Parts: sequence; C-alpha cells; structure tokens
Amino acid sequence: MSDPIVLLKNVEKWYGKNHVVKNMNLEIKHGEFLTLLGPSGCGKTTTLRMIAGFEDANEGIIEVQGERVEEKEPYQRDVNTVFQNYSLFPHMTVYDNVAYGLTIKKVPKDEIKERVTEMLALVQMTGYERRKPDALSGGQKQRIAIARALINNPRVLLLDEPLGALDLKLRKQMQIELKRLQKKLGITFVYVTHDQEEAMTMSDRIAVMKDGVILQLDSPMEIYNRPNCRFVADFIGESNILDGVAESVEGTKIRVKTDNGYFTTYGEGFAPGERMHVSVRPEFMSVMKEKTEDFSIKCVIKDFIYMGTVIKTLLGLPDGREIKYTRFDLDPNVKEGDTVYLYCEKGRSVAIHADSTAESEADDEK
Amino acid sequence: MKSKKKKSRLPFLAQAGPVSAWMILFVTIPMLFIIFISFMSRGTFGGIIYEPSIKPYETLMDPVYFKVILKSFEVAIITTVSCLILGYPFAYYIAKKPPETASRLIMLLMIPFWTNSLMRLNAWMLLFQTNGPVNNLLISLNLISEPVTFIYTDGLVLLGLITNFLPFAVLPMYASIEKLQKSLLEASADLGAKPSVTFRKVTLPLTFPGIFSAVILTFIPALGTYTITDMLGGGKVLYIGNIIKNQFGATRNWPLGAALAVLLLLITALLIFIYTRFSKLDDMEVL
Ligand SMILES: Nc1ncnc2c1ncn2[C@@H]1O[C@H](COP(=O)(O)OP(=O)(O)OP(=O)(O)O)[C@@H](O)[C@H]1O
Ligand SMILES: [Mg+2]
Repeated sequence: MSDPIVLLKNVEKWYGKNHVVKNMNLEIKHGEFLTLLGPSGCGKTTTLRMIAGFEDANEGIIEVQGERVEEKEPYQRDVNTVFQNYSLFPHMTVYDNVAYGLTIKKVPKDEIKERVTEMLALVQMTGYERRKPDALSGGQKQRIAIARALINNPRVLLLDEPLGALDLKLRKQMQIELKRLQKKLGITFVYVTHDQEEAMTMSDRIAVMKDGVILQLDSPMEIYNRPNCRFVADFIGESNILDGVAESVEGTKIRVKTDNGYFTTYGEGFAPGERMHVSVRPEFMSVMKEKTEDFSIKCVIKDFIYMGTVIKTLLGLPDGREIKYTRFDLDPNVKEGDTVYLYCEKGRSVAIHADSTAESEADDEK
Repeated sequence: MKSKKKKSRLPFLAQAGPVSAWMILFVTIPMLFIIFISFMSRGTFGGIIYEPSIKPYETLMDPVYFKVILKSFEVAIITTVSCLILGYPFAYYIAKKPPETASRLIMLLMIPFWTNSLMRLNAWMLLFQTNGPVNNLLISLNLISEPVTFIYTDGLVLLGLITNFLPFAVLPMYASIEKLQKSLLEASADLGAKPSVTFRKVTLPLTFPGIFSAVILTFIPALGTYTITDMLGGGKVLYIGNIIKNQFGATRNWPLGAALAVLLLLITALLIFIYTRFSKLDDMEVL
C-alpha cells in the first residue's frame, strides 16, 4: 500500500494567541519509524496529541488509514499512545493494565489471558503479572506501557519521549529493543524526542521541527549529510557553520566571503551576492599551513581534547568563535599555538541558503 | 518481646511529648471518664452513684432506643448519600477549573459554614415558615393553594443536615479528584474506553479515598448531631444526639447518656478501622 497511514494536511494549532503548529503537512508511510525531532516547545507533543485526538486541530485535515479523524474522539481512533510518564493505572496490577484495552472490548477472558501473556513475553516482562506499577522500575514501567498500548493491535503507535525518564544506559538498551519490536511487528511508529542521537539511531525518517514548522523531513543520513538549513545543520550532530556571502559562483563551485576570510564549497542554485552558510562536520574539516585564494580563514590552534576514539582539535577564529575538527590520530604537523587556515575537500562541506529562504522552501516541500 | 516493644515505644512518646500530653489531658481522659460512668448507676435525683452497673447498656437494648438508633442511622445514611451525590459532581467540576477559580468556588462553599450555625438554622426556619418566603413563592407560582408545613418535618431536618455537611463531603473528594492525573484518563480513552467506562474503571476507583473520607466526615457527625435535629425537627422525632443531650441535661441520666456516647464512639471507631483497612495510610491526608 502506498497511501500514507497517517496524513496531516495544512494542520494549524493555536493555543490562544500562541501559534504552535503552522500549516503542517506530513505523510507517514506504512510500517515506517518516523521521528518528530526538535527543541523543547516546538510543537512535537501537540502534533502527536492531535493525531491521537487529545487536542483538536484548529484547521486542516488529519487522516488515519485513509479515514478522516478530526471529528473522532480518542477512543474511536485506531492509534495507541505510549505516554512519557508511563501513565499506568496505579490501582491495577500489571496484568490488568495490559489487559485494559481488551477488557473494554469485552474480549473473552481466555483470549485476554493468552494475549496478555503473549504481550508480556514480547516486552520480556513475563512473571510480573501480579505486581502493581508502584513496584516496578522506570524501565519496567515503560515496557508495560508499551505492552498495554500494543495489545489493541494498533496500526500506528504514538510514542511521546517514551525513554525520557530513563538513565542513559537503559535508554540505549530500550532504543534497540523498541526498534527491534517495531521491525518485528511491522507497526508504524511515530516517535517524539528532542534527543537527536536517539532520533538518528532509531528512525527511518526524521522530521526536524522548529517553532511549529517541519524544516526537513528525510532519512537520518540525508539529514546529517545534507541539512537544508542552518538550523538543521546546527541541531543535528556537531557542525561548524560559517556565515557569509557567495562572492563568485562558477558551475557548482562557490567562493564564500566570510568576515574572517574566504572558504570554498560546492552546491547548486546559488547566485553571486547571496547570503549563505557553509556547514562542515568536524570529521570533514581540515587545516593547511598556507592560505590559498579559495581558503583563507585564519585560525589559531587552541587545544587538543582526547575523546577516546577521536581527538578533537579546537581552533579559534579571529572573531573569537570556535571551530572544531576531529581525527583518529594526533596530527603531527600542528601544535598548540600554530596559525593555520581552514580547508575542506570538495563534497565534504554543505552549502546552505540563508535561513529565511530555507524555511519557506521547507514549507513548500511536502 | 515485651521489653522490646516498650523500648520502641518510649522514644516515640517522648518525641510526641507535648502533643500526647495535650491529647491525654483533653481527649483520652474525658473519653475514659465517659466510658467509666457508662458502667455506673444513676442517682435517684440525677448525678452518678459510683456503683458498677450494666443497667445503662440494658436500657439501650430497649426497642425504644433501638428505634431511635435505627432512625438516626437512616437519617445519617440519607444525608451522607445525598452529600456524595450532590458533592461529587460539584467537586469534579471545581477540580477541573483553573486553581484560582477553584479556590474561589471553594470559598463560596465555605462561607455558609463560617456563619454562626444557630443563625443559619434560624434562617432556614424563617424561609420555610408557614407564611415564609418559600410558601409565598410556591403559592404565587400556583404550585400549591394552601401553605405547606415544612417546619419540624423530616424533610427540613434533612435539608439542614445536607446543607451543613456538604462542604465536608466536597473538600476531601475535591482533593482526590484534583490529584487524579489527566494522563490516566487520556490513557484510558486512548485504549478505547468511552468516558463513562473511564469514569467507572479509572476515575471512581482512584478517587475512592476521597469518597471514603467524605463518608466519614459526614456520616459520623450526622449521626451524632443534635443542634440541627433539635431546631429543625423541633424535638418531635428523637435522634441519638438529642437523647444523649437530654440524658446529660433535662433527664439527668448521665450513665445512660454515657452509654449512648460509647455506642457512637464504637460505631465511629469501626468506620475508621474499615477506612484504614481499605486505603493506604498515605491516602489519609484528606481526613
Ligand atoms: N495545553 C496548552 N495550553 C497552552 N499552551 C500549550 C499547551 N500545551 C502546549 N502549549 C504550548 O505549545 C507549544 C508547543 O508545546 P509542545 O508540548 O507541543 O512542545 P514539545 O515540542 O512537545 O516540547 P517538549 O520537547 O518540551 O515536550 C509550547 O509553547 C507550549 O507552551
Ligand atoms: Mg513534548
């Protein structure tokens, strides 16, 4: 099936005068793991709650499995939610919590028992049936919350920062388990997080949001390697961002004039005189002893930081900003205090239009 | 075993020293004294003769008293149930309001409670007099042709009791509804439960501690009240509270009054025992 399983079309959400979701268009495919990623307050939770039915969109269309759901109450929608704070019913045992969805549908007792057993096995919580949620650890509660949401066999599972309250190690482990679960069951996951690393590891596609707008919707690799705006480049992973003006454009080669000197990058659709940014990942940034016509940004080597597998070098720009680059080995040609010039190979840097254009582009994009 | 118990008890008593001294002086001793005189005999002209006797308790077995107790229970139960039925939706409504609105609504609820109770009861009497505003209104609306006698009826007593105890029912229920997490209700709806099912399976059980506190806070005082029943009921129908008052007052049968008081005490203790059994201690903050 190629129809999207969840469709948002021109969705608007206001809280009073606060415009929280702006003309959102989003197609979520069958069986994909889609992550809404963005800083706090950008409207991720609100978007998810509109799909679940806890909030009404002020305008626009929301479809689930080809059916419009704007008028439907949450209990009538075929999606289930895993809440950030777990929201397990404290007065019920683990068994009754997981069985809840089926109990409501008045499924025969034997069948409920079978399904609950199956679900608990799936989340590796067999044997905890008689416990109350109070007597579970955070990670265990989360597993039960997932089992409870999955027992209804939803086609879409909405997860709002489900791992937010767990410690780092458990979070990493649960990330892998969730991904495995999603693949095994073939269910569409719509996942909300503000942790970009989490989004990168788990998602098929990531929608990077800011101020109620989806700036870029792409695979993790595309988003990492080809951010379409300054915000995405900055938000995803570490990046060195140089701001400047395209001085000369020859084919795809763009010579960018920054306040600190020239830097050359490659890209299409740039015009001379246009304000633009260049994003260079620390692993792709390098330095030269001598400046060239294309690369003349002068820096001073400030520090080397050993980070386990890589060594991070900190460079100071004349205006005081910092540039980072990482290598597996210590560069024998440079030492602290040296003056060097920034350099980046063709294809390793990303040319980005100045923000206003990038945002309107993202708006047009579907 | 015994010495161990003593050991752990002493520091606790020491800790609660001033409070326990106060409690012993003003609560425990008077209570023990009541229990004590309930086992004594009555003097010919009132007062107490310090001769052990179970006469007061035998008197309690008299069908007359049994009927009074039954009647008091009936009225207390009706009051409690009415307070719950009227109070729960109101408490729910307040709890869903933003905090400032909620505290204002609670204020409104409490204002009558802060006025002098005699004044409040007299106000009810005035309103419901034979040619009082209520009768006049009903006649002018052509709902009745002759004034109705409200004064000294069970109905007016109930009205007085319910209005008096409603705040005590609303407050603990409000506290527990307010504590209820919205996301639990959402989780229930998310899993396919209609609002009515969510209410039955999630809201009601989770607010049960508040409901039980409301029961205790209305039932026990409603069972023992005498001012309301005395004034609005005109002493025509007897309730436990009135009899106790009479035994200590006009009738001067202190041991019998004490025995009745002990009976009330036992009922109260039983209810609180049930309460602590059903709800965990940390839910008791509303009491
Ligand atoms: N019930 C509400 N009433 C009014 N404003 C709200 C409400 N819920 C959210 N908002 C506002 O809407 C905006 C988006 O909120 P939302 O919860 O969707 O953000 P988020 O992206 O999930 O952030 P976070 O990562 O912090 O969870 C915020 O500015 C928030 O203050
Ligand atoms: Mg959120």
